[in-house]
Amino acid sequence: MIANIMAWIDKRLPVTDAINKHAAQYPAPKNFNFWYVFGILASVVLVNQLLTGIWLTMSYEPSNEGAFASVEYIMRDVDYGWLLRYMHSTGASAFFVVVYMHMFRGMMYGSYQKPRELLWIFGMLIFLVLMAEAFMGYLLPWGNMSYWGAQVIISLFGAIPIIGDDLTLWIRGDYVISGATLNRFFALHVIAMPLVLVVLVFLHILALHEVGSNNPEGTDIKKPKGSVPLEEQSKFTFHEQYTKKYDIVDAIPFHPYYTVKDLVAVVIFLIIFCWVMFFNPEGGGYFMEAPNFEPANGLKTPEHIAPVWYFGPFYTILRVIPDKLLGAIGMFSAIIALFLLPWFDRGTVKSMKFRCTAHTVNLMQFVVCFIALGILGTLPSTPMNNLIGTIATFGYFGFFVALWLYSKDEKTKPVPERVSG
Amino acid sequence: MNKFIRAFTFGIFALVPMLTLAASSSVHLDKAGNDLSDKESLKRGFESYINYCLGCHQLKYQRYNRTFADLGISDEDGLANYMYTGEKVGDHITNTMPAKEAAKWFGSAPPDLTLMARLKPGPDYIYTYLRSFYLDPKRPFGVNNTVFKDVGMPHVLQGLQGVRTMDEHGKLSEPTGGSMTVEEYDAFSRDLANFLEYTAEPNKLERKAMGYWVIGFLFIFLIFAYLLKVEYWKDVH
Repeated sequence: MIANIMAWIDKRLPVTDAINKHAAQYPAPKNFNFWYVFGILASVVLVNQLLTGIWLTMSYEPSNEGAFASVEYIMRDVDYGWLLRYMHSTGASAFFVVVYMHMFRGMMYGSYQKPRELLWIFGMLIFLVLMAEAFMGYLLPWGNMSYWGAQVIISLFGAIPIIGDDLTLWIRGDYVISGATLNRFFALHVIAMPLVLVVLVFLHILALHEVGSNNPEGTDIKKPKGSVPLEEQSKFTFHEQYTKKYDIVDAIPFHPYYTVKDLVAVVIFLIIFCWVMFFNPEGGGYFMEAPNFEPANGLKTPEHIAPVWYFGPFYTILRVIPDKLLGAIGMFSAIIALFLLPWFDRGTVKSMKFRCTAHTVNLMQFVVCFIALGILGTLPSTPMNNLIGTIATFGYFGFFVALWLYSKDEKTKPVPERVSG
Repeated sequence: MNKFIRAFTFGIFALVPMLTLAASSSVHLDKAGNDLSDKESLKRGFESYINYCLGCHQLKYQRYNRTFADLGISDEDGLANYMYTGEKVGDHITNTMPAKEAAKWFGSAPPDLTLMARLKPGPDYIYTYLRSFYLDPKRPFGVNNTVFKDVGMPHVLQGLQGVRTMDEHGKLSEPTGGSMTVEEYDAFSRDLANFLEYTAEPNKLERKAMGYWVIGFLFIFLIFAYLLKVEYWKDVH
C-alpha cells in the first residue's frame, strides 16, 4: 500500500530520489568532528523560531498602545505562552551562538575556499539576514531597550551623506521610532525576512551538496573516476549523481550515520538550551535586558544602551571609531570582510592543521579580538574600554590583511591523500 | 598543536563568564531572602499591596482572579477581602489615579509595579528600597532614599517603619517612632518583595518545575540516542 503510494508519487515528483540524493545516499566524510554539528543545530533553532513565532503572532499586537501589554498577555493569559516566548527569545540568542560556531568551523578548516566560495557567500547572506531579523524582532516587545536600541541603530543610517536623513525617515516611517516603525518591523520580521531566510538556507544546502562537504583534514573525498581501486572505495551506496563522475573514498551516507550522530548533538544542545530557558531565560540580563521590562518611552533614555550581545562585536567597532560615518563604514566593512574571506585567503591548503603556524596564531588572535569586541559591546564606553576596543578592531581587520599576505607563498605541511581519522 | 588548540578553546570559553561577571553593577542590596513558594507570605504581601501601594501603583498586567488562583484564595474570598472598588474578578489590578495629574503631584507618575522585580535587580532591590528611606529636608516630601536617589515617592510606610536619619558618614540610623519593630517591618518588606517577584513572573515556579522534567527526560533520551549512534556506527568502524 505505502509502496504503491510512493511509486505513484515518484512518477510525478522525484521524492525518493531527492531523499537519496540529499540524505540516504549523500556522501559525507566519515571524520566530521564536534565542530560539524552546528549546521544541524542552526536548522533546529530555525525550525524552533518559525514554529514558536507562528504561535506568538497569534496573540501579539503590533501597535504602540498594545504591543507591550500583548507580550505580558502572552506571558500570563495564553496557555504556555510564557514557554513559547522564552523558546523564541532564548532561540534568538542560541541562533547566534550556533551560527558563530558554524562560521568559526568554516574558518578553521577552510570550508570557504575554492570550490565552496558561493556556499560561504550564501552562509554570509544568511548571517546578514539573521542580523536584520533579530534586530527587527527585538523591537517587537516594545520595551524601553527595544525602543532605544532601534533608535541608536537606525540613526546610523543618518550618517550617510546627502541621503542620510531622508533614509532614516524612510526606514522609520516617522520622525521618531513609533507605532508606524513597529508595524513595518513586524511585517518584515514575520514575513519578509523569514521567507528570505528559508530560501537562503535552501540554497546554502543545495550549494553544499553540489560541491560536497569539507572535513577537518580538508582532503577531498571525491577522487577522479577510475583512480581508486574498488576495494579502497567507500563500501556504501551513494547516489549516482556523485558516483558517475567520482570514486568516493572515506565517506558514509549522511543518513542514517550522521542523522543518528547529530541526534546526540541535538539532545545535548537541547539540554543546554532548556537549562537556560527554564532556569535563566533572561540569560543573566544578556538575552533579555532589564530595561525591556518597562514599555517603550521616548522621553526616558535607559542609563546604558547596549545592543543585545550578538551585535556586540560590530557595535564596538562602530563605537571606537570617533567619526560617526567612518564608524558605520567600519562596522559594515567588518561584515563585508567576512564576505570576501575566500578571496583574502590565497592559500590552497584548507585545514589549519596543515597550514603554517602563522595561520593558527592569526586565527586565534582573531577569535580573541572577536570575543573581546563582543564583551566590550555590552559594557559602557570608557577610555580603557575604547583602547582595548581599538586594539581588538585592529586585530579583527588585521586578520584579513595578514591572511592575504602570508597565504600567497605559504609554507604548508603535506596534506594526506586520504582521511586519517 | 592540536592540544594547544583544545586548551586554547577551553580557555576562551572559561574567560567569557569571568569577564561578564566583572561587569556587574555595584549598588549594595540587602538579601530579601523571600520564598516564592511561601503562599502565606505572598498573601500577606498581596494584602499589604492592596492596602498601601495600589492607591498609586497599578499592577495593570496582572489579573485579580489569576492572583487568587495562584495564591490559593477562592474567588468569593478574594471578592470579599481583596477587592473594594467594584471590579470583576477577571479584571486587571488597576487604580483610578489620573497619570497626568499624578505626574504633577510627584514629579513623575507612579510607575506600574507588575514587572518592577524584573526591571530592577529582583526582590532584593524592592526589599532594600522599602527599608532605605531617610529624612532629607531638601526633598519635597521630606525624604530621600539610599537605593533610589532623589526618589519622587513619599515614605508612605513611615507610620509602620518610623523615621531614619543619615549621619555625616552616610550611615542610616535605626528607625524610631514606627508602629512596627525593625523585625516586623523587615518581614513586611520581605512579603511585599516576594509578592512583586511573583507578579513580575507568575509562572516562575511552574517554569522551573517543568524544567526539571524536561531536562530529566532529555538526559534519558540522550542515553538512547547515544546507544543508537553506537549501534549504527558499528558499520563504519
